Formats: sequence, structure tokens, C-alpha cells
Amino acid sequence: MIEVNHLTKRYGGHTAVDDLSFTVETGQIYGFLGPNGAGKSTTMNIMTGCLAATSGQVKIDGFDIFEDAAQAKRRIGYLPEQPPLYLDRTPREYLRFVARAKGIPEKEIPAQLEQVMIQTGTLDVANRLMKNLSKGYRQRVGIAQAVLGNPEIIILDEPTVGLDPRQILEIRELIRSLGKNHTVILSSHILSEVQQVCTTILILSKGKLVACDTPENLERLFAGKSTVELTAEAGEEEIPGILAGVGHIVNRTVKKQDDGACAVTLELDAPAGNDICRDIFFAFSKANKAIVRMTAGKASLEDIFLELTNSGKEEGAQ
Amino acid sequence: MKAVFRHELSSYFTGVTGYVFGAFVLLFTGIYTMVYNLQSASVNFEYVLGSMSFVFLIIVPIATMRILAEERRQKTDQLLYSLPITMTQVVLGKFAALLVVFAAPLDIICLYPLVLSAFGNVYLPASYSAIVSFFFLGMALLSIGMYISSVTESQAVAAGLCFVVMLVNYFLGDLAGFASSTAYSSLAALAVTTIVICIAVYWMTKNSFASLILAAVLEAGLIGWYLVDSAKFEGLFPAIISKLSLFERFYTIVNGVFDATAIVYYLSITGFFLFLSVQSLEKRRWSE
Repeated sequence: MIEVNHLTKRYGGHTAVDDLSFTVETGQIYGFLGPNGAGKSTTMNIMTGCLAATSGQVKIDGFDIFEDAAQAKRRIGYLPEQPPLYLDRTPREYLRFVARAKGIPEKEIPAQLEQVMIQTGTLDVANRLMKNLSKGYRQRVGIAQAVLGNPEIIILDEPTVGLDPRQILEIRELIRSLGKNHTVILSSHILSEVQQVCTTILILSKGKLVACDTPENLERLFAGKSTVELTAEAGEEEIPGILAGVGHIVNRTVKKQDDGACAVTLELDAPAGNDICRDIFFAFSKANKAIVRMTAGKASLEDIFLELTNSGKEEGAQ
Repeated sequence: MKAVFRHELSSYFTGVTGYVFGAFVLLFTGIYTMVYNLQSASVNFEYVLGSMSFVFLIIVPIATMRILAEERRQKTDQLLYSLPITMTQVVLGKFAALLVVFAAPLDIICLYPLVLSAFGNVYLPASYSAIVSFFFLGMALLSIGMYISSVTESQAVAAGLCFVVMLVNYFLGDLAGFASSTAYSSLAALAVTTIVICIAVYWMTKNSFASLILAAVLEAGLIGWYLVDSAKFEGLFPAIISKLSLFERFYTIVNGVFDATAIVYYLSITGFFLFLSVQSLEKRRWSE
């Protein structure tokens, strides 16, 4: 279990992490989500002892990461944003070094190396120099390094960045399998990834925690809102008049297209059910204008993310 | 510490650095042994080491340039920070590996006096005390090189800076001879040195208040002392410089006087720079 209490990190005048507090429970996959510069990497670096906080503390199973560094670090495996590999060595040599540094008894090392290399699928490149490995394999070796010694908590900073789509799927699968036996914390700025893999999402913005919940709860929180997108063969100036009688519309953007039709996006304060769509349809047909395309959608996590991180921006500006 | 030591040692010998280092030392020992002991038929092996001490100008930068700078550039220092080992263990492990690399050619050099003694009357204690102090001199210089490598992330900068520092060290004894020995010029030189030291302290700690206080106290002490007893300042600066010179002390031993304080001095220098290296690694966590 990890406790983060009132963590603050300042670089000169810039505050990268601002009074951050949260608790990570055992046995789940947590996702740190936030735009670039939100303080994800900084927070992870502090949690793993790579960086000192300006104030606040991090406790791993009750051990302070600075006061009882050795005890705390034994419980954590960390993959930084750039996998920390010695490029002129082979994965086997590298992992052997990490195993020794983690204090794994010499007798158990060969078996453990074998096991993590099978788990991370790096066995077939075990004796190649790491500078000749692809980004995907380097990432796997980095994960193998974090998993070695079977720490309770595994922290991965942007584990899928820079990988091709197939590698991303494989790494995600690997993370899911790690989640069965470890507490995993990963960071990402890709929403769908966090949504698919994580059981809890922590959204960071400007160094502050703006939301912390399961993906389902976050979506439910915003379930009341929805959008309707449609394209109609009507003039830009006619549309406000046509839609005047339709309820639940809170916002409307109209954009003229080259073919004379208009693209309209409506934000509703209610779920975009059939009734509202029917009202919109008849409003246009009464005005003798054709709707050529219409899609109703619920607010996605993407919208929630944007909304939360944008409001954070405004707070930051004040 | 053992893990870091083994990893570091094997990386010296999977690459070329370890071999280049050893070959260089052996090459120059060979050349000088040939010239002094074989061609000129001298029995003093210690003079060989005395004359070839300039190899440190080349081998120390080669051996130490990547030791900490490369960790930082490849971002592998993040791994070291997140592993359950302390920075002291990292520095000591790496330094121990460095010493093994340095000691390897010296083991072979230890055979030279024995071989020579088969053909003449070699005074072995002098030869071996020169070899021992050669090792300790190298150790002190390597610790300085290691510290220099810890302050930059570029191997080239580390090597260049290290070479300059070695060069100044090497000529320090000669330079001391040129310094004016009047009391007033000693005061002036010491005052300037004090300011340089305080600037270095500021650069390392970024604490302007403490550095200013330190500068004020030291300068006031110097001037006070000068006012009380200016005769003591006669020739003081050159004397201090030649006492500080690592190489000068080695030459004393080469000339047949085994000065144990030299070894103590080398060990103190080593301890000091290893401490600074640890601090330099710790500091990065705070300012990064």
C-alpha cells in the first residue's frame, strides 16, 4: 500500500506537483492520467525515490521512501519513462546486475531471470546487445527489470509510448497479467489505454489530483450529458430558428461546409434518447430541410478528461 | 556494492577501456624500463615510475570519463536511484572496480624489479615502495577524475576537464617555483585562492549566504594573521602549493625517502573526492 501525503515539488518558481495526496490500495491497476506536464513523471519519480520532494512524504507499506529507503525500495519495481538500460550489455547481464543489486540470493538468480524473461517475452533476445534491440524489446527488458525480485508494487511510467500498435497490445496484455499478482501503477496520456487496463483512474492536472475513481464511475458522473452531431442541408442562419422549439440544448456550434450543408454539434443536458432525436428530426422536416446525417453520443471519458483538465487550467491561471 | 562492483568491472572488460588502460601503462613502463634499466644499465627501477608519472595525464581521463557521466546521459542513474542501494555503495563499488583495472597492469609491473634483480644489484624495498606509492598516487588521481565525471553528463567534457586538472596537478610543483615568495604576494595569492574556493563552494551548494560568510571569515583571518605576523608569509604560498602537489610527494618517495605521510595524504584526497562524488549524486535528486 502506498500513502502519498501533501506532496509538493517545486523547480525554481514552477510548481510541478502541488499538495498531492492519495492512497493506493493493494491488488489493483492504477492509471495516472494527465496531459503532458501535469506532473505524472515527477510524482512517480518521487514515489520511487529518484527525486526528492520539496515537502510532503511518501510511505510504502509504512516505510518512508527517504527515511527507510532500502526497505521501501525493496517493495517497488520502477520503469522510468526512458528504460534505464546499459545499451552495451545484453539483457541477461543487465538483469543479473539488477537482481544482485536488489539483493536476490545468488542461488535463486538464474531461476528468477528465466522466469521474468519468459513472463516478459525477452528470452529469445537474452544474449543480444541491447543497443541492437527494438524499442518494444527494450521496453520489455525495462519491465523485466522492474518485475525482478517480485516486488509488491510495480510502477511504469508511460510503458507504451513510442511502440507500434501490435507492441502496445502485447505490453497491455503483459500489464494486465502483472496486475493479477502485483499492484500496478502506470501513467499515460492516452485515455483509451488507461480505460482498458486500469481499475482506478487518477486524473492529474497542473500537479493536482482532479479526479480519482473507477472508469465506470467517472463515466456515470457525466452520464447526464451527451452530444448530437448532425449535418443538414440548411443555411447557417436558418438553423437557430429551426432548433428554437427543441428542448435540452445547452450549446450549439454550426459550421458551414463547402457543399452548402451545415455541420451542427449540439450539447444536451440530458441523455440523447430517441425522443430528443425525434424532436430534432421533425424540427428540420417541418422547415423542409433534410438531415443527411445524424449521430447521438454519450459523453466519453475523453470529454470528462478534457473538461477536468481544462478547468484545472483555469484554476492555475487565476 | 558488490553488484555494482561486478557490473562495473565486467563493463571495463567487455569494452576496450580496461585493455587500453592496461596496455598504455605497460607500454610506457616497458619503454622507460628499456631506456633506464636496460640501455643505461641503471639498477633503480623507481626512476622508471618517476619519469613515467605523466601517463596519469592520459590514463586517468580515459578510465574515469564515463564512470558517472554516462549513467546520467543514458538515464541509467534513475535505475540506481530506484534500486535498494545507497549512493555510497554505488560510488564505492564503481571506485573499487576502477582500482582493480588500475592494479591489473601494476601486478605485472611488480615482476620487473625481480627480473632485473637477476642481472644486477636492485634495491628491492625502494622499487616496491615506489610501486606502492605509484598505486596510491593513481588512486588519488582516479578519485578526482571520478568526481569530475559526476558533475557532467558528457564524457567528452569530463575527459577534457579531467585532463586540465591532471595537467595543473602535474606542473603544480614546477609552477610553485615561479610564484613570487615575498610576504605581500603570498597574501595576495592566498586571498585570491580563498575567493576561488568560496566560488567553488557557492557553485556546489548554491548557498550565497554561507559562501559569503565563509569568504569573509577566511579573508579576515588571512589579513589579521598578516597584520600580526607578516614574516610567516614569506614564501608561504609556494610552500603550500608544493605541499599540495600530489606528484611532488611521489617524487620524494622515488628519490628513496619512503614518506608515510604521502600515503596518508593520498588516502585523504581519495576519501574527500569519493565523498564529493556521493554528494554530487545525492544532490542531483534534489535539483533535477
